[in-house]
Amino acid sequence: MASLRTTSRLFAASRPLFRPAAFARSYATVEATKNVDPIPSENPSMKTFKVYRWNPDTPSEKPTMESYQLDLKKTGPMMLDALIRIKNEIDPTLTFRRSCREGICGSCAMNIDGVNTLACLCRIPTDTASESRIYPLPHTYVVKDLVPDLTLFYKQYKSIKPYLQNDTPTADGLENRQSPEDRKKLDGLYECILCACCSTSCPSYWWNSEEYLGPAILLQSYRWLIDSRDEKTAERKAALDNSMSVYRCHTILNCTRTCPKGLNPGRAIAETKKILAA
Amino acid sequence: MFSQKVAQQSLRRLAVQQPNLMQSMVMRASPAAIALGNVQKRPVTSTSNTEDPTQILAKQRLNRPVAPHLSIYKPQIGWIGSSLHRISGVALSGTLYLWATAYLASPTLGWHLESASMVAAMGALPVAAKILLKATLALPFTYHCMNGLRHLTWDLGRALSNPAIIRSGWAVVGLSVTSAVALAFI
Repeated sequence: MASLRTTSRLFAASRPLFRPAAFARSYATVEATKNVDPIPSENPSMKTFKVYRWNPDTPSEKPTMESYQLDLKKTGPMMLDALIRIKNEIDPTLTFRRSCREGICGSCAMNIDGVNTLACLCRIPTDTASESRIYPLPHTYVVKDLVPDLTLFYKQYKSIKPYLQNDTPTADGLENRQSPEDRKKLDGLYECILCACCSTSCPSYWWNSEEYLGPAILLQSYRWLIDSRDEKTAERKAALDNSMSVYRCHTILNCTRTCPKGLNPGRAIAETKKILAA
Repeated sequence: MFSQKVAQQSLRRLAVQQPNLMQSMVMRASPAAIALGNVQKRPVTSTSNTEDPTQILAKQRLNRPVAPHLSIYKPQIGWIGSSLHRISGVALSGTLYLWATAYLASPTLGWHLESASMVAAMGALPVAAKILLKATLALPFTYHCMNGLRHLTWDLGRALSNPAIIRSGWAVVGLSVTSAVALAFI
């Protein structure tokens, strides 16, 4: 596979005989054209991408928006394709997380054109007149460029004990079973990939991330609250029953609007509130 | 395993050419490692970094910027409507508290805030000013009420799908504006 890719890259890089050989990173290029697609097609459709940049090695320099121009005819359909092309062919210092490129790992969560989403599931708008703006997840601490620090998010996930708590051995010593109806209750919850898009779209979470759990973690918490096999429901409820953990949710519902997997954290939180009130 | 063979060959060559170095390496390696041929060579020029790598992270953490949020998030009916709900609520209750306090203090301060003088003051205003004043008071009130009903529906766990959220948001805007206009013309 790797060798295949190298050859295809070589083909892509091959060019007409009499074109100047300055396509590599020559120091003679003008500053303004630095971030332009090095290998545009015959009739290119160039789109500008403005990307948030911050380098921890030069911390005194403020974050900037760097613009890159890509030929959409040479780029895959998704935002992640554009970012990978920028990194591979224009600017190798651009930093972002990515892994599966199909919306199952949640690594490439970022704010694209004002909305949190996964870059791999977000189509590049084909309108080349308008530029696309890419930021890291809002109100997160930036590690570098588009990489947010999610330490607190994962700690909060750990705090809700996201695993089955059941000390009773089953009658036959095999797995804990549940009825198809009970299993059905977990649909729309177990699919969450913890990409943090919803939590970082929530203004309440922006202002209270230290104590408020945020939509993603509350969706997970609800998933364990309603699991018929779990025995620690009372403890789980007691842990949530305070003014901060759940009740900082003011049903703004940015979470439901933004979820790239089409889940509904807003409903999960509303149901959690109902359980706590019952 | 070709690579293993190469490594063994080079080790043998090393043992022939520089027996002293080879001996010191073997002295440090465990007998099991020698038996398996896994003697690792550490270049003499390598230095160990005495700085604690976790400290680099801690230092960076102090300088990390907060990613932009409110200023870059796309304006959507959901969160804009929610912030207007908060603002209208604060404005309404603030007005109520201010008015009640002023009413309470008016005899001492010599202000005339009793109903009769208020009616007279309102009556003296031109029609446009009356409508404008009533509309500015009515709009936050109607918006907050209607959106409050929307919130109560959500608290029952209903109308929480994406299309329902957007539709009800715009419905609240439309209803509150029309009812505020209606109130202003009463």
